[in-house]
Amino acid sequence: MTSVLYDAPGPRAKRRNVILSVVFVALMALFLWWVYKTMDDKGQLEWSLWKPFTESAAWTTYLLPGLADTLKAAALAMVIALPLGAVLGIARMSDHRWVRASAGTVVEFFRAIPVLLLMLFANEFFARSTDVSTADRPMYAVVTGLVLYNASVLAEVVRAGILALPKGQTEAAQAIGLRKGQTMSTILLPQAVTVMLPAIVTQLVVIVKDTALGGVMLGFTELLNARGTLAANYANVIPSFIVVAIIFIVLNFLITSFASWLEARLRRSKRSTGAVLGPDDVHDLNAAEVGGTHGTGADNT
Amino acid sequence: MFDFISDYNDPTLLGAFWMTVKLTVFSGIASLVWGTLLAAMRVSPVPLLRGFGTTYVNIVRNIPLTVIIVFTSLGLADIFGMTMGAPDDFALQGFRLAVLGLSAYTAAFVCEALRSGINTVPVGQAEAARAIGLNFSQVLGLIVLPQAFRAVIGPLANVLIALTKNTTVAAAIGVAEAALLMKEMIENEAQTLLIGAVFAFGFVVLTLPTGLFLGWLSKRLAVKR
Repeated sequence: MTSVLYDAPGPRAKRRNVILSVVFVALMALFLWWVYKTMDDKGQLEWSLWKPFTESAAWTTYLLPGLADTLKAAALAMVIALPLGAVLGIARMSDHRWVRASAGTVVEFFRAIPVLLLMLFANEFFARSTDVSTADRPMYAVVTGLVLYNASVLAEVVRAGILALPKGQTEAAQAIGLRKGQTMSTILLPQAVTVMLPAIVTQLVVIVKDTALGGVMLGFTELLNARGTLAANYANVIPSFIVVAIIFIVLNFLITSFASWLEARLRRSKRSTGAVLGPDDVHDLNAAEVGGTHGTGADNT
Repeated sequence: MFDFISDYNDPTLLGAFWMTVKLTVFSGIASLVWGTLLAAMRVSPVPLLRGFGTTYVNIVRNIPLTVIIVFTSLGLADIFGMTMGAPDDFALQGFRLAVLGLSAYTAAFVCEALRSGINTVPVGQAEAARAIGLNFSQVLGLIVLPQAFRAVIGPLANVLIALTKNTTVAAAIGVAEAALLMKEMIENEAQTLLIGAVFAFGFVVLTLPTGLFLGWLSKRLAVKR
């Protein structure tokens, strides 16, 4: 739709576009030249700093174990948070006021608190009240923090997924005499799962990114932390940052692309009700409630 | 019971939360400006600018904020020698680096929110504006963006709340804000649960009124269609 903001360019507009492009390229070139020159001055471009990445040692000793820990923590957090989130989300729609209210309080509370606080707290809690070994503690703390936060976000995803279903589904279930629990478990939930699949996959990006918090603040040996040890060994601060950033970008880009592909596929599917929670709906759920503006996927044009 | 609070003077509990608020406000303003510029680039007639906007958003969104913040300290400050106008004051330098990192990251989300707002403006309005001879910047600045902003107050409020929570990442480069103070307190004091509750309460106090006020505002200002 963006092309509606301007006409197909005529001769003058074409000239202006060319001038703007040239100015932009010049500015970018100036900036890149400054980056290049500073890196050159500081010796960050020397081949010896980049060479480790062409050999297997840097990967097998630092980067791959770091990536493995990142993925392990993310996968664990997702697997634990998902059923917890489903329970919380369904409890939030209960007909009993006290169930609804307590689930709502839990969800809104954990969504309002930074994940870092949850991780720090969990870390200290495990140190004082349990006998989790010092080596395992960062992983436990990171996963606990991620689970508490993401379960409450996923609870909202589940709720939005069920609310996105057409009302006729519930009405039809009631008409044929199903009870509340039956309606939820045999009619609504199975459909809601497909509706919210893309949103759940997108939430994985948030989880993967948040594991990096544990690396700096708790000494969890994930990718960012592994970069620190690597750079301490080869003295290649900038190259290591660039490589690690690229790994994160590629990983998250793959997850996002998968979610978009899934969304497109579900929208095309003939058997679905047409309601889909897309990746865009998730961003809004990652903040505390703002006047009840929850994505329903319906206004996704 | 709350003795531990008065034992910490540099910063105090309120001082640490004040730092959190300052980080939020400065990064919020900077990311709003930069994010609006990015959104304008993404819908502009110049293909190169569109490409830059898209690339920026897709790259920055996929890097963990922690990586960006740590990079501002270890990369920009140490290697590139960016002192942010405070070569001797490390606390101030850390603060400004954190604001730089936070706004570079948050701008990508502001841009996406705005772009979705631009999409809510009916096509006919842009066509009508063009028909009376307005050029691209006039169409965008006079017709589309004012409506888009009113439509995206809700999503922007979510970005702001996420930003408030994200400022805790500044603790990774030693900015004396709430999360860093909590880490210090929780390690030294016995009342883990109480300290956790105090800081959790602090963040609820910061985010809840923001969310309620902006939620009310977004309902009031939304363009009825």
